[in-house]
Amino acid sequence: MNPFRIFFAPLVFILRLCVQTAFLAIGQIFSRFVRSSLTMFGIIIGVAVVIGTIGGLTGMKGFVLKEFETFGARKMFMWGYVPEDMRTTVSWSDVKLTTYEANIILERAPSIEKLSPICSMRMDANYDGKLVRGVDVSGIWPDWHDIEDRQMIFGRPFSRIDIEENRQVCFVNAAAVDEMKLDTDPTGDYLQLGGRRFLIVGLVETKDLQFMGNGGDAQSEVFIPFETHKMMNPYTWTNFLLQMTDPEQAADAEASIRFILRKHRNLDPEAEDTFQIRMLQSVIEQFNVMANGITLVASIIVGFTLLVGGVGIMNIMLASVSERTREIGLRKAVGAQPLVVLLQFLIEAVVLCVVGGAIGVLIGMGIVTLLRQLVSWMSEAAVPPGWIILAFGACGFCGVVSGMFPAIKAASLNPINALRHE
Amino acid sequence: MSATTAIPTQADAPARAGAAAPATIEIRGLHKVYKIGEERVHALRDVDLTIRRNEFVAIMGASGSGKSTLMNILGCLDGATKGAYVLNGRPTHKMGMGRLARVRNEEIGFIFQSFELLPRASALKNVMLPMLYSAKHLFSARRRAKRSLEMVGLADRMGHKPNQLSGGQRQRVAVARALVNDPALLLADEPTGNLDSKTTVEIIDLFRELHASGQTIVIVTHEEDVAGHAERIVRLRDGEVMSDYPTNDDPVHQDWIERMASGQGSRLEAARDETASVEGAEA
Ligand SMILES: Nc1ncnc2c1ncn2[C@@H]1O[C@H](COP(=O)(O)OP(=O)(O)OP(=O)(O)O)[C@@H](O)[C@H]1O
Ligand SMILES: [Mg+2]
Repeated sequence: MNPFRIFFAPLVFILRLCVQTAFLAIGQIFSRFVRSSLTMFGIIIGVAVVIGTIGGLTGMKGFVLKEFETFGARKMFMWGYVPEDMRTTVSWSDVKLTTYEANIILERAPSIEKLSPICSMRMDANYDGKLVRGVDVSGIWPDWHDIEDRQMIFGRPFSRIDIEENRQVCFVNAAAVDEMKLDTDPTGDYLQLGGRRFLIVGLVETKDLQFMGNGGDAQSEVFIPFETHKMMNPYTWTNFLLQMTDPEQAADAEASIRFILRKHRNLDPEAEDTFQIRMLQSVIEQFNVMANGITLVASIIVGFTLLVGGVGIMNIMLASVSERTREIGLRKAVGAQPLVVLLQFLIEAVVLCVVGGAIGVLIGMGIVTLLRQLVSWMSEAAVPPGWIILAFGACGFCGVVSGMFPAIKAASLNPINALRHE
Repeated sequence: MSATTAIPTQADAPARAGAAAPATIEIRGLHKVYKIGEERVHALRDVDLTIRRNEFVAIMGASGSGKSTLMNILGCLDGATKGAYVLNGRPTHKMGMGRLARVRNEEIGFIFQSFELLPRASALKNVMLPMLYSAKHLFSARRRAKRSLEMVGLADRMGHKPNQLSGGQRQRVAVARALVNDPALLLADEPTGNLDSKTTVEIIDLFRELHASGQTIVIVTHEEDVAGHAERIVRLRDGEVMSDYPTNDDPVHQDWIERMASGQGSRLEAARDETASVEGAEA
């Protein structure tokens, strides 16, 4: 024998034993195909359901995040608010946000880079002698374009002078062009709003959101400078639309806004805020909480299926051990070590579980592929590799646990008693 | 228990059959008691036995006399209740399950009355089975298995499954399997018990060849003419060694030969004559 062989022999021996045992186990599974399939059924279904759920959840998450991305993850809203216990002493008009407050926020909160107040109202519009009732007219600042990410298609946005001089200028969206039968490029035309003549300075793009906000067919929208709007309708409600420098800055931004406004409004330390702040970050967090909940439920399902499946596997392994007692006896008689017999049955149980898990994963991936193909907004449905590895790992663990007892039983058989067994 | 049992050394062992060959098997004060509930069956009582290298020993006795029990202990398939069993100078009664498995694998070839082949595996795979559990002949397992099958005359049946073989061929596969690891000791518990006279002759002739080439063999048999091929006959009764003679000195066997000579003729002789006449007719 040469040194190479002496060195590698034990390694090859163990490897060969494992490979042969695995093939033996697979042979066993196929030679009792119906029985094996029934045994694996629980594990197959469980793993398929979980993989399907996780894939679907991933699709949903991807979709929601993409929507948020479009919507703007840096976006914040705020509005004046009367807390419950102040309802008798404070009126809603007292807490309305003002342009002064908008300016001090922009000035003093470093994490806020853009802000636009918004007020909106339905007005009658008149173009070329045709009247359209109840058109949505919003008053905005130029920052609105960047915060909403809606740029001009034709024409120009409002200029500083438009704002400062309360000019009667407006721009519209495509739906308004359709509804009021304006020119494709309406720039330069005049529109009557609430009895005043407005110069149309441009056409703004419409954001396509499927999930939140103004979904479906976009409504007609007309925008005018905030100050002009305020002048025409002094009593309309005002919201602020803000943009942070960074989504990570959410908590910081909220804190500084609260500090600035509370100080400006002279609120007592124990008094509640007379305004409210909302940001998408918190919506995402809420969604994540829900997604984690579903993941947890899926994990619990995995646990239970593997438990139930494991009991089935253990049952079948015990049956297999008593059916093959003679064979075990023979193998021991020709010198199979107890450990080797143990390994054989353990590998068989593990192969059974892992094959069941593999079929389950395949079915689950099939479901996910189907989802992706059939449901339009599920285009991101996919099974994270981590979950596939986890599923296999759990199945392998289940195999070891459920195979251990039968394997120990087989390994501790006395060869002669096993051979005599009928 | 066994440690107190003195084992005679090579020097003071009685010279038997003129052989000074080293002992393959040394058994001293062996007892085997089966417990079934409250009941105790004393299957072996105080058995002493020495078998030397290259001996061919037949163990005989009435049904229930403890032959199989003794064989199983010799084959390390079962442990004794009390007593010492030294195989090739190594005390097996002190070994654990793992070491015993190794001894069975490397030093003992065991042949069963009912062959005990794996039904789904080919003859070749069956013969390779012992080598699956040893790192010794890792790179030559297939070659050795083939050579072993050639030795028992089954070169052309290697791919056959047990159910495609005759009883005699199956037993020869079992012999090939028993021999594949070059065991120091070949044990056979009624190897011809399930065979007809013609195939019994085949197997016995195979054993004689093996013995001629130096193999140590112990067989259990009920048949005097099978035992007649051994050099020595050990007779058991009720778990005790009743007699232990070289075949030529065994009074029971000599009686039997005389009876055969004066009439009926043995089953095996008849089978051998028949084969010869068929071969003669073909020639
Ligand atoms: N596993 C066992 N449990 C209990 N008693 C047993 C067991 N095996 C054998 N015996 C008893 O031990 C005694 C010897 O049995 P053994 O099988 O050694 O006899 P044998 O000489 O081989 O007989 P046979 O020629 O019929 O094969 C018998 O009385 C038998 O009933
Ligand atoms: Mg017997």
